[in-house]
Amino acid sequence: MPPIISRGFRGRRRDDAPRDRVPPGQYVTDDFPVLSAGPTPHMPLDQWDFTITGEVDTLHRWTWEEFRALPSESVTVDIHCVTKWSKLDTVWEGVSVDTLLERIETSAEYAVAFCDGGYTTNLPLEDLTGGKAWIAFAYDDEPLEPEHGGPARLLVPHLYFWKSAKWVRGLRLAASDEPGFWESNGYHIYGDPWLEQRYWGD
Amino acid sequence: MRSETSRTKTIAFDVPGWPGHRAGQHVDVRLTAEDGYQAQRSYSIASASDNARLELTVERLDDGEVSPYLTEELRLGDAIELRGPVGGYFVWDPSAQGSVLLVGGGSGVVPLMAMARQRSADGSTIPTRLLYSARAWEDVIYRDELEQLGQDDGLDVIYTLTRTQPAGWQGYDRRVDRDLLAEVAPAPAELAVAFVCGPTPFVEAVAGALVELGHEPLRVKTERFGPTGG
Repeated sequence: MPPIISRGFRGRRRDDAPRDRVPPGQYVTDDFPVLSAGPTPHMPLDQWDFTITGEVDTLHRWTWEEFRALPSESVTVDIHCVTKWSKLDTVWEGVSVDTLLERIETSAEYAVAFCDGGYTTNLPLEDLTGGKAWIAFAYDDEPLEPEHGGPARLLVPHLYFWKSAKWVRGLRLAASDEPGFWESNGYHIYGDPWLEQRYWGD
Repeated sequence: MRSETSRTKTIAFDVPGWPGHRAGQHVDVRLTAEDGYQAQRSYSIASASDNARLELTVERLDDGEVSPYLTEELRLGDAIELRGPVGGYFVWDPSAQGSVLLVGGGSGVVPLMAMARQRSADGSTIPTRLLYSARAWEDVIYRDELEQLGQDDGLDVIYTLTRTQPAGWQGYDRRVDRDLLAEVAPAPAELAVAFVCGPTPFVEAVAGALVELGHEPLRVKTERFGPTGG
């Protein structure tokens, strides 16, 4: 069905937004809107840990100090929220998921990220490896604020931003794809912004 | 179309084949310019599912892209593209056991109004409190209808006006804080679920205070919108 033309609609287009960096249906914002389904958890760092469980040889666990002692990298990426905003050139610091998985033997093909507050999101493992995903602990050279997912969040910028789970505490590796929180509540199982995979049926 | 306040308008759509929705869900609105340029935004549904028309209440954001069009350009009889309903979490549950708390800041009241309307349409007796924070009485959306709904069995509507209050105002006159919630919210053991919707700082403050008061975080459902929402 061709789109309905909205008589008199011109829009507020931004000339500084390169079209090849803004997926269909998105608009560019300079703000950093906050979206989450519940209250912001506040986890003391001395109680924080990050674990990799599920289909692994043995449970792997890092305390905050151990996690922060891992090599980290600074990444500059564009992020795309399913609520239609995109933000270009965001600067993060985090530990590559490759680094966390380095010494782990698994036959799993999928992962569920789990978080303080009960949030989960599912991803194919290959979307978390190969330099595509990080556990980020700083944004714009500052420690990540709780409302943006601090102390640490998953960062998977090539998928819609709900996959970049806030307050992440670990990954559960599995042989099959298990829908997470939003994926069970009407949102797409995979969430590629360039294919506009927003909702069930996209 | 009807003006609700100086900044908000309710627009009623005939949607052929609308499958119905759950109160709290939203739709995506897509506008297309003559040259093919498109803009999409999400808006909460304001009406109950059994309403003859699908109603959206839209707040005009001066630097917005879609909301100024919907509130100022759209005319009776125009067609636009809607997609939905969307969302399965921030939704009214007609079988809730216990009390329900609805806390809205500004136009964050819209999905909560859909819940209050659905509750009324269902003849539900779920004990429900709607706490509505607005800057001034003139900014309160759905004033007359809320007064009527507030007479329903088991629905209390409580206002706080944070900036200016009419002469003789007896209600709350400050931002929603922990003390105010301690007075208004059901006890943690009685609360089935709380729905909190509004601008991010409002939602952060309210949801955080509810947790401090002993409410189970998973029973506090939030929906936030930022200044770039529209």
